[in-house]
This record gives sequence, C-alpha cells and structure tokens, in this order.
Amino acid sequence: MNVLLREDGLQPWADKKVAPQLCIRNVVKTFDGFTAVNDVSLDIYRGEFFSLLGGSGCGKTTLLRMLAGFEFPDRGGISVDGLDLLKLQPYERPLNMMFQNYALFPHMNVAKNIAFGLRNEGLGPDEIEKRVKKSLELVQLEAFAERKPNQLSGGQRQRVALARALVKRPTVLLLDEPLSALDKKLREATQFELINIQKQVGVTFIMVTHDQDEAMAMSTRIAVMDKGRVIQVGEPREIYEYPRSRFIATFIGSINLLEGPVVDCGADGSRVDCAQWGGPVRVAQDLTALSGHHVAIGVRPEKIRLARADEFAFTADNIADGVVKEIAYLGDSMLYRVQLPSGLLVKVAAQNLGVWFSADEPVRIGFDASAGVAIDK
Amino acid sequence: MSGEPIFSNAQTRSFGRFLTVAIPYAWFITFFLAPFLIVAKISLSTAATAIPPYEPLVGWADDGALVLTLHIANYKLIFSDSVYLIAYASSLRNAAVTVIFTLLLGYPLAYFIASRSAKWRAPLLMLVMMPFWTSFLIRVYAWIGILKPNGVINSTLIWLGVIDKPLEILNNQFSVYLGMVYAYLPFMVLPLYSHLEKMDWSLLEAANDLGARPARVFREVTLPLSMPGIVAGSLLVFIPAVGEYIIPTLLGGPDTLTIGAALWNEFFSNHDWPVASTVAVALVVLLVGPLMILQRQQGTGGHP
Ligand SMILES: Nc1ncnc2c1ncn2[C@@H]1O[C@H](COP(=O)(O)OP(=O)(O)OP(=O)(O)O)[C@@H](O)[C@H]1O
Ligand SMILES: [Mg+2]
Repeated sequence: MNVLLREDGLQPWADKKVAPQLCIRNVVKTFDGFTAVNDVSLDIYRGEFFSLLGGSGCGKTTLLRMLAGFEFPDRGGISVDGLDLLKLQPYERPLNMMFQNYALFPHMNVAKNIAFGLRNEGLGPDEIEKRVKKSLELVQLEAFAERKPNQLSGGQRQRVALARALVKRPTVLLLDEPLSALDKKLREATQFELINIQKQVGVTFIMVTHDQDEAMAMSTRIAVMDKGRVIQVGEPREIYEYPRSRFIATFIGSINLLEGPVVDCGADGSRVDCAQWGGPVRVAQDLTALSGHHVAIGVRPEKIRLARADEFAFTADNIADGVVKEIAYLGDSMLYRVQLPSGLLVKVAAQNLGVWFSADEPVRIGFDASAGVAIDK
Repeated sequence: MSGEPIFSNAQTRSFGRFLTVAIPYAWFITFFLAPFLIVAKISLSTAATAIPPYEPLVGWADDGALVLTLHIANYKLIFSDSVYLIAYASSLRNAAVTVIFTLLLGYPLAYFIASRSAKWRAPLLMLVMMPFWTSFLIRVYAWIGILKPNGVINSTLIWLGVIDKPLEILNNQFSVYLGMVYAYLPFMVLPLYSHLEKMDWSLLEAANDLGARPARVFREVTLPLSMPGIVAGSLLVFIPAVGEYIIPTLLGGPDTLTIGAALWNEFFSNHDWPVASTVAVALVVLLVGPLMILQRQQGTGGHP
C-alpha cells in the first residue's frame, strides 16, 4: 500500500484546511444519449497516487480524457490549482497523459519522442538535451536513446511513454491502464518502479485501472466507479475493510455475505439474525441506526478460521459447523467452500500451513465480531 | 511409410505456391513484357509500304548471309525533333500539375473521410468512387458541355450579369488541367485515405497533449506518417497521367501536344509504326524510375 505521509502524520484528505489540487465537480458526459460519466465529483490532493477503478465501460477512460481535454463535459467543472481547465485546449493544460497503447511516435527515436513535448516550451537545444538525458536516466533507458519504438520491448515502451509525459513536468500525470500491456511478472516489478518514480518527481498521478490488486498496491486512494458514477472513494484499506455497498464488497476481493435483520444493537456490538448461518451473527459495529433493517454482514474469506470438527482448536464470536465441499489449491493458500446445514456455501481462505482438509470432511468455521462489516446497500 | 504422406503433401503445397506465383508472372510476361519487346523491336526498324508496315529486322543479304539490321535513327529523331521534346515536356507538365492539384484537393478530402466515424466512411468513400459508375468519355464530354462558351458556367454567369461575354475556359491549358484533376482525383484520394485510416489517431492526441498546436501536430506527426500514402497517390496519378491522351485531345486547344497525341499521329496519320513505337518505348523508359519507387515503397509495406 502506498501511503501519502505528511510530517504531522495526517492525510491531506482528512485535513479540512488543505485545499485539493484537482477539483472535479458534478461532471456529466453523454454520448448519443448514453451517459458515460454521471455526476462525478472528486477532490484529489497534491502528491497523491489516485486510482480510478471499475469494470469495463464504466467511464474511467472518458473521465480521464475529459481531464486531458480530448472530451468536453456536458455539465460540471474541472479545475487544477484554481485554474479552470475547461477554458484550456489540450495543448494548454498543465496535465499530461500516458496513453494506454503508449502512443509513441513510430517515426521518431526514443530521444526525439521525449524531446517532442519540450520543443513547444521555448527551451534552448542544450536545455532540451539535458532534460531528455535526465528523464532517460529516471527510467533507466540511457542506452536506448537512438532506438525506434518498434525496436523496444513492451516494458521499455511503457517507460519511454512515462518519460515523455514526465519530462514536461506536469502538475498532474494521467495514466490510462499503464501496466495492462505488460505480463504479470513485469507488471508487479513495474508497479513499485512507478511508485518510486512518482515519489521522486512528486507529481500527482491519476491512474485508470480495472485491476483491483494493482489499485490496492499502488494507490494512496481509490475511487470505485460503476455505470458512470463514483460509488466510493477511500484509502485501499478503507475500501477493502468497509465496502459501502454489496457491489463494492463483491467487486473488490472476495467476500461472504450473511443476510438478515438487525435484531440487537448497542455500543458494544450488534447482532444480525441470519437464518443461513444458523443463528445470530455478532458484529462489533454499533448498528443502532439500522435497527430492524435487513443488512448483509460481509466477511472476507481470509478472516474465517477453519478446524476439524473433532479437534476444535479456536474460539470465535461466531461459530458454525459445516462440510467441506470444494477445494482450490492456490499454492500459498487454500480456498475452501464449506457448506452449512442451511445449504449456504461459505468461502474460507486458509494459509497453506500444511494442514489440509478433504472433501466431505466435517469442519467447524468461525470468525470474530470485529471481522464482519454490515452493508446495508 | 508414415513419412510419405507428409512428403507428398509438402510437395503439393509447394506446387500450389509455385502456381500462385507463376500465374501472375505468366500474365505479366504475355501481356506486358512480350508486347513491349515487340514494340521495342519495331522501334528499331524503318517504315515500309508493306504488311505490317515496317522492314523486318532480320533478312538475307545478297550473298546469303543472315543480317540483323537495327536502326537507331528513330531514337535520334525523337531526341532532336522539337515536336517530340515539346510533347514529352507538356505531358510531364500536365502530369505534374495534376499531381499537385489532386494532392492539394485530395489530402483534405481523404483526411476528412478518415476522421469520420466508421459508419460515415463507407458512404463518403462511395461518393468519391461514384464517377466510375459513368463512362469516362461521357464525363469528359460533360465537361465540354459545362465549359463551352454557351455552356452551363458561362450562361449562368451571363444571366447573373457577372460577365457580358463568355469566358474562354474550354480548349486551352486550363480546361486540360481541370479535366485531368477531376479524372485523377479518386486515384489520389484512395491511397491517401487507406494510409490515413490505418494511422493510429491516438498519436495526434498524444502530440496535442504534449503541447503541440494543431499546425505542429499536422507538420510533425500526421504528415510524416501519411508520407507513404502521398508517395503512392502521387505515383498512381503521375504514371497514367503522363500517357493521358483523351483529356488533352478533347478538352485542350488545337495546338495541345502530348505524347499520346504524338503516338496517335504516328500510328494513324503517318502510318509510321517504328517512330510510334519509339515514342512508346521512350515513354516507358521515362516512367521506369517512378514505377520503381512505387514498387519499392509497396514492397516495404509503406515504410521508408
Ligand atoms: N466516443 C464515444 N462515442 C460513443 N460512446 C463512447 C465513446 N467513448 C466512450 N463511449 C462509451 O462510454 C462508455 C464508457 O467508456 P470508457 O472508455 O470511459 O470505459 P472504461 O471505463 O475506460 O472501460 P475499459 O475498462 O473497457 O477501458 C462505454 O460504454 C463506451 O462505449
Ligand atoms: Mg478505458
């Protein structure tokens, strides 16, 4: 997880006195009557690594393209450092974009690609050369300055695209799925490289991705989008631990939803009557506000413990008996589906400690009150 | 035993491959190379009152020796007689002017079509090709009807009172250029379109994003990337335009002289096949350079 640290240990978005760098206000964009971006408002702070996460077609790219200036919103406003972006042409905006397919100029070599953006800025040739050289060093491509883009590997192209956008010293860098063209290994290595580069240059990054692991690993904050709307904004941990809706809970990671009415609530915890679980489920939250409402208790599979029914070896606030139905071996962990008497299948992830359960084995599962989170939407 | 079917299979396949290559070559040899060699042969002969109307190159001398007589006088003629030089020069000039104007008109048109959304491109391209649905000759005659002294343009302008006597816009160099640009425009637009359409348009956005104004984006990204299309279109217009006969003859003035007209004169008025053949061979030689550029460019897939 990428944490934006300040001297006072406070996060800028938690400090009401800090003004956001980029303000997106009630932005709407429609294409032939189809609403691609629907009333989106976001505040993004200097130095953030902000991710737009969502499924295919939810409007991430469209939102990014409105920031860059390639699409114009039907309604709403966008400003950076108090500057109204909607009054500026793409070539006048102090933002730069790294394109999904990198969009490197095929007829120019790496150095010329990087220098392209500097030649509008009235810099002398020496200054341009110096800055191109420095940015090649930043992405470790000094030896490739003379190569044409088609003589580079995917990872190298990605770094040229990054260098070309950063050399302009933008106030905000927009990245549209910057890692999606790389294979898994390279992608993981590049994630850290990208974070390091961002910290070095101190530029605000806004990244579009549909890969939740990527968003979790790299971002200071994430905005989850669905059907053109932003449905939750928060730090990765906040979104994972406290998903605001069933959609987010199931979209980010994997989760068990135990449904039922809130029957008993107070400051020291609440109970939800879940027939599928076979009794009340205890949660640590105070659900007074939802008293009597039907809610779902979300429990992540890795927070559920598992033991053989005959050698029961843990205590937990919520316990149920069941039978192992499905087993997936993932190497570092095991994924089980345990069937409860009600028929409900509960996903349980167990660290691979060498204790394995077999199909149809009776087991006992349990989780603590603090592991469950109530979701009412 | 098990290896045999694979072996014969491979052989069939290589025979198929041979055939697909051999057929176009056979076509080329029969319908281009052989006629060209015959024409080249005739160009080395002299005219005679015979059928065919030229002296054979090979004959028997009085002493029974086999003689091969090659005349190069025809080549000397076309390089010394100003009529032919003027004809070549004006054909080249017509072709060059046609290339320049079809490019100036065709590039914006091709760019416009290529930048439309997919559903508009096909109908717009159809419009570009629409003239081909009408006979070429009829279209040229239509231009006569439009340009002549009492034609559409002149009568409209007189009726509007803009002019009081007809403009001379037919049977001169202007009408030749107009007709050629009109006729060759699609040959410029189509290759330009196909290269512009293939271009990655996000490159233009990237250039824009990096601070380049539209003029610079065009100069440094669009133009270089569409250069193969410009070269292909220019050659596709230039090569046939040099030999163009009908348009200068029908729309040009009485003194319009082109290679096509020179050829026609030698064949049908003077019945001098050898000189006519020489004119034709010289034309082919003249076009070998541009043809080779085109060949090379297509061969490398449009990348210089
Ligand atoms: N120029 C356009 N014309 C019409 N519809 C468009 C246009 N651009 C985007 N859309 C539509 O808007 C919606 C959002 O598109 P967008 O590209 O923003 O999605 P995305 O979230 O980036 O998806 P992906 O993860 O697949 O890239 C899609 O349904 C798309 O079809
Ligand atoms: Mg997208």
